[in-house]
Amino acid sequence: MTEKKKLKVATTSLAGCFGCHMSFLDIDERLFTLLEHIEFDRSPLTDIKTCSPDCDIGIIEGGLCNAENVHVLREFRKNCKILIAMGACAINGGLPAQRNHLPLTTILEEVYHTSPGLANGMIPNDPELPLPLNQVHPIHEVVKIDYFMPGCPPSGRRNLEGADRSVGRQGARTRAWPDAL
Amino acid sequence: MSYTFTLDGKVIPFADGQTIIQAASAAGVFIPHLCYHPEFKPHGSCKLCTVRVNGRHTASCTMRASAGMVVESETEEINAERRALTQMLFVEGNHFCPSCEQSGNCQLQATAYHLGMMSPHYDHFFPNRPVDASHPEVLLEFNRCILCSLCVRASRDVDGKNVFALSGRGIKTHLIVNAKSGAAGRYGLRAG
Repeated sequence: MTEKKKLKVATTSLAGCFGCHMSFLDIDERLFTLLEHIEFDRSPLTDIKTCSPDCDIGIIEGGLCNAENVHVLREFRKNCKILIAMGACAINGGLPAQRNHLPLTTILEEVYHTSPGLANGMIPNDPELPLPLNQVHPIHEVVKIDYFMPGCPPSGRRNLEGADRSVGRQGARTRAWPDAL
Repeated sequence: MSYTFTLDGKVIPFADGQTIIQAASAAGVFIPHLCYHPEFKPHGSCKLCTVRVNGRHTASCTMRASAGMVVESETEEINAERRALTQMLFVEGNHFCPSCEQSGNCQLQATAYHLGMMSPHYDHFFPNRPVDASHPEVLLEFNRCILCSLCVRASRDVDGKNVFALSGRGIKTHLIVNAKSGAAGRYGLRAG
């Protein structure tokens, strides 16, 4: 009997705190059962830097606060059949979006020049640094998102359930996900 | 003599003068609502409590119950409209539940849960709404204001003080304070 093809899952944290990824890891030893059904592609968990073109599921944590976030999000949309927004920041900008009512220049000035205790501060300008956006945006404002998992963060259990529902239409091979709980 | 109407097929008794939402609430049936509060005069502005009465949409907080009405509330169509209205409220203001002190005790949040709102769907406005912290006891957090006018009615109809009002029209509607400077601290508003 040939082994069933595993679902390819890519994940990333954009303007997030990695809390959603930590929550995902909260499924603990059930991750082993899950790994019988999925394999991780681009993800902070694998340190793979680019998405394979045939990813089944992309999970995005965090909103968009700089140009690189937009670039990565578009790469995920291009390479993943299903894209899931994971957690409050991906869905509505979350905590980082609370800077949105302030002009970017004011924020950079305060953080790097006028905060107490700073001496000879300078605003980082290394060409390798991605440029910040004027406002932080939820990801559905830039690409189509197939599923949303609210929460700050969504629980590990919710992560599994949400992912399972999103791939349910792909057939029985994913049914083991909730069973793995 | 007691009268009844049906709400989603359930028989609801009502007394003369009761609105649909009052009768439903007395019978233990929940109709989602934001600007309605049993203690105050109905305002009919949030439209969350919209139901279908004999096939026509109407606000259940302003519509008086009458005998034999056929009212629909928990239908997929009406709940989809309620969800869209709630999503619009979320994107028009700044509602960051995870960092809001009202989280867990908030009717807007509870309504979003009740309606199964999974995303804002629309583009966020991220409006710039400075808070009014001019008063020693009361903080006016305009970022969370959904213009339900409950504070307007409480102040006007119960306290008789007319501290608040809604000003402007359409998307420019906003809450104002009855003081020359527009700041709550200038009104001499007392908490409690």
